[in-house]
Amino acid sequence: MDNHFELGLDDLRQKLLLMASHTETAVNDSVQALMQRNHDLAVKVRADDDLIDRFEIEIDELAIQLLTKAPLASNLRLVTVAMKVSQNLERIGDESTKIAKRARDLSQEPPVKLSLDLPRLAGLALAMVKDALDAFVQRDSAAARALIPRDKEVDALNRDMHAALTQHMVAHPDAIARCLDWMVAAKSLERIADHAKNIAEEVVYLCEAQDIRHNLKRG
Amino acid sequence: MAGCTATAPRVEMTASNHRWRKAKNVCMQTLAFMCAALVILPLLLVLFHLLSQGASSINWAFFTQLPKPVGEVGGGMANAIAGTFILISLASLLGVPVGVLGGIFLSEYTHRRLNRWIRFTADVVNGVPSITWGMVVYGLVVVPMKGFSTLAGALVLGLMMIPLIMRTTEEVLQLVPAGYREAALALGIAQWRMILQIVVRTAMKGVVTGVLLALARVAGETAPLLFTAFGNAYWTHRLTEPIAALPLQIFNYAISPYDDWHRQAWAGALILIFLVSAINLGVRALTRDRFSRTAPQILMPGHHVATEVQPPHGTAG
Amino acid sequence: MEPQADQRIALAVRGLSIYFGHHAVLKRVTIDIAARAVTAIIGPSGCGKSTFLRALNRMHELNPDARREGEIRLFGDDIYAREVEPVVVRRRVGMVFQKSNPFPTMSVAENVTVGLRLNGMRDKRLLAERTEAALRMAALWDEVKDRLQAPAVSLSGGQQQRLCIARALAVQPEVLLMDEPASALDPLATQKIEGLIVELKKKYTIVLVTHNMQQAARASDFTAFFYLGELVEFGPTTKMFTNPAQKRTEDYVTGRFG
Repeated sequence: MDNHFELGLDDLRQKLLLMASHTETAVNDSVQALMQRNHDLAVKVRADDDLIDRFEIEIDELAIQLLTKAPLASNLRLVTVAMKVSQNLERIGDESTKIAKRARDLSQEPPVKLSLDLPRLAGLALAMVKDALDAFVQRDSAAARALIPRDKEVDALNRDMHAALTQHMVAHPDAIARCLDWMVAAKSLERIADHAKNIAEEVVYLCEAQDIRHNLKRG
Repeated sequence: MAGCTATAPRVEMTASNHRWRKAKNVCMQTLAFMCAALVILPLLLVLFHLLSQGASSINWAFFTQLPKPVGEVGGGMANAIAGTFILISLASLLGVPVGVLGGIFLSEYTHRRLNRWIRFTADVVNGVPSITWGMVVYGLVVVPMKGFSTLAGALVLGLMMIPLIMRTTEEVLQLVPAGYREAALALGIAQWRMILQIVVRTAMKGVVTGVLLALARVAGETAPLLFTAFGNAYWTHRLTEPIAALPLQIFNYAISPYDDWHRQAWAGALILIFLVSAINLGVRALTRDRFSRTAPQILMPGHHVATEVQPPHGTAG
Repeated sequence: MEPQADQRIALAVRGLSIYFGHHAVLKRVTIDIAARAVTAIIGPSGCGKSTFLRALNRMHELNPDARREGEIRLFGDDIYAREVEPVVVRRRVGMVFQKSNPFPTMSVAENVTVGLRLNGMRDKRLLAERTEAALRMAALWDEVKDRLQAPAVSLSGGQQQRLCIARALAVQPEVLLMDEPASALDPLATQKIEGLIVELKKKYTIVLVTHNMQQAARASDFTAFFYLGELVEFGPTTKMFTNPAQKRTEDYVTGRFG
């Protein structure tokens, strides 16, 4: 009977890894679509989001099943972390879909004449997602902890972009719709970074049984 | 056979040698029955013979009158019947306390080596011929007292009862599960109290059974009484006087040349059989009455027993 | 949520070792059992948890080959002192066994009071009071109040076990030792016993040996993990089952052995 349970845990780990890999691809593709004004790629990202959603449902179902077997200690932490991480991954997927939608819209319009630091914002967010998922795979608590302060940088960049776009909209009212699209895309990237940070916090809990969420002075 | 595929091999429901196996079965059954009958048959023969020879001699006079002097017809075995009861009662005064307490010691106080020797001795002594017992008591009691006596008779019967009762008591106490002892000790009850009021109380039916069976056994002993109680043609008034007993009387009458005495011997034997049977039936009644409540608990404490449980039929009491 | 235990220590065990013949069944166990709390003892078969439990009320001495080293203090009193009789210890530290064992020749009421009566109590009114109190404490009063004179063995398995608990409580011990009390019972009866344990800890200190980790997780405040005669880890139950400190504990609790 223990074997069954161990198999279930392995299955859970595998599904999480698969979901993570799909999510990473979705983020990368959506950013690429945005940067390169690639209409087809944007459509593909939206279609693939269904798969990510299904993964979340499957992982939650499997986790509930495993909970009926009353896992303890590290097994218990794995199951609860799996549920949280899958939720965060699904949200990242949703944000990627939003970025893809804006990318699709923007690709139909002439580009905005403004130099934005969006590539840097995107790069930071992408790196955070990748590092969070690597930390999860490697069970590297230190790497996860190192990730958490990087979120501030992303927030700052987003605020700057928001300010720059607002200024541009005031000066060029005909570009308002496109600027709003860019704002949404930037916001989505900022949210993606937040979710990556959440994943890192869950990794710390999984490895150290320490709850470091919400910046409370513990651990 | 629904559900079998066409390609599955057909399993034969009836073996080809079915008839031969059935015949073997019937043969063995008959053989077993005949062996059982062979065992019961002698018992039935004895009973029948006794009844036919002795029943006619059983009358009120038999129970109330003393034996008549040699040659005279009539009389009874009143003193012998009373003597047997007196002897086994007195013997119990020695045999029961010593036997039961000895059994308790063997069962409850574990001194492995000592207990092993005691058990071994008891088993050996159980196998000692009863006439030997009689001779021992003759030498130890009758000779110094310069005469046969009731005391000597009671003593020898009591001594014979001790190893019997000791072993049955020990065995019955061992059947009481250790869980009860532990539970009692865990309540802070002293060991001797626990033994008496929990263990012995639980096994009481078994202890009583053992005592009654020992009584039935010694009631029929003749040889030891030859050297100790000796027999008496009259009523006994003091413990230091010889006393009559049924087996003794039967023996004396049987080897005599008088037909009348032979007749009475048969009657005496019949009475003796009735006495022993009565004790055994009493034992059965005692144990069967409680069987539905006590026995399963002795064997399986903690098992739920509904009060409506029917006692199983055909099981030994 | 940290367990709200009495700050006192009910049983202070120091360097306890128990040998059966030459075989060391317990090795230098040191542990503090908190008063008015439930301490669970877990571990694989043969780890010494039952022996440890029995050492707490000197029941291991029933084995003639048993030898003890170390000390146990019950609220400060040395239970192994030369002048202390085991009988006295056992009246302060009661025990409930795995297989319920109500005495078959006695009624329900007689079973409850047997510990009192066989130790000399005669006052009928007092006995009746103690009977009701003990049966109430064991959550059995309502079910048996109309058949106190019925034979104890006519109760169901779960009721019999609660009767044994009432019997142990009637003697008014300070500590109650329970050796896998629910392992022979069906799930519903087990639930009742666990609920009872949680109630009882308000008045009594309870030490519970169990092979069922979920039961330990549900019913206890502190858990001790024994392995091969040694105390491997001891701590609040929640910590033991979410984040144990010792790897051996983690392995046992996650089912990697035992």
